[in-house]
Amino acid sequence: MQCFGKMDFKQISKKLKAFTVGIAGCGGLGSNCAVALARTGIGRLVIADFDAITEDNLNRQYFFHHQIGEKKVLALQKNITDINPGITVITHEVKLDPENIPVIFKDCDIIVEAFDLSEMKSMIIETVMSEMPGKYIISGSGLAGWGNSNALSTHYYERLIVCGDLENEVSDENPPLAPRVAIVANMQANAVLELLLKRSE
Amino acid sequence: MKFRLNNNDEQYEGETLSVTGLLAFKNYTFKMLIVKINGNIVKREDYPATMVHEGDEVFVLHLMSGG
Repeated sequence: MQCFGKMDFKQISKKLKAFTVGIAGCGGLGSNCAVALARTGIGRLVIADFDAITEDNLNRQYFFHHQIGEKKVLALQKNITDINPGITVITHEVKLDPENIPVIFKDCDIIVEAFDLSEMKSMIIETVMSEMPGKYIISGSGLAGWGNSNALSTHYYERLIVCGDLENEVSDENPPLAPRVAIVANMQANAVLELLLKRSE
Repeated sequence: MKFRLNNNDEQYEGETLSVTGLLAFKNYTFKMLIVKINGNIVKREDYPATMVHEGDEVFVLHLMSGG
């Protein structure tokens, strides 16, 4: 697959400005993916999460110590616009379900699945694949622990793309840590770029 | 019956095979799965009634908690 197109960064950013990406969940995967996309110049991000920041989130989520206690969507919106003031960030402080997902993400070209619970992952994948034809969903599965970066990769299943090692489930003995989580989050962002930049060729 | 499962050739000796039967046959006891047959997703409530046919391309993906 081609990595290097014939566009410079200004041209890439100009193309990406036309697109909207949804991020379902603003934790380890969502916050890091959103920041990567913000840096490359995505036009709009639609971010959704019902949760607030706690201290142990800081070991992997793109938030700062002074933001503990704040709602994740609002803190992430601030972090994103501090990095790139040109981005529009639409926030939804809500628990996502099969009814509101097609509404909240209806204008998104691509949806990034960034939940922590596997039940929520399967719920959104099933919802997008059956209720939102034509849209792509990029999921993260298998990112716990440390080391073994080479086990992380991107798997293509037509409209479903899955990033991770597909094996390592998070638990107390196998916690999520910043490096592997951010690698998978950035693989998701990279898959977004792949889809959008090829589409506008 | 011959079909493809996760990019590998599979063989099943019975006449008919539902998705529920397939998961039992392969010992996929995991809870959180995504099942696709010939590019179409099969919802969990449809597992007992959805059949696998000769030559089908099946994907069964186990989702891991974490993120």
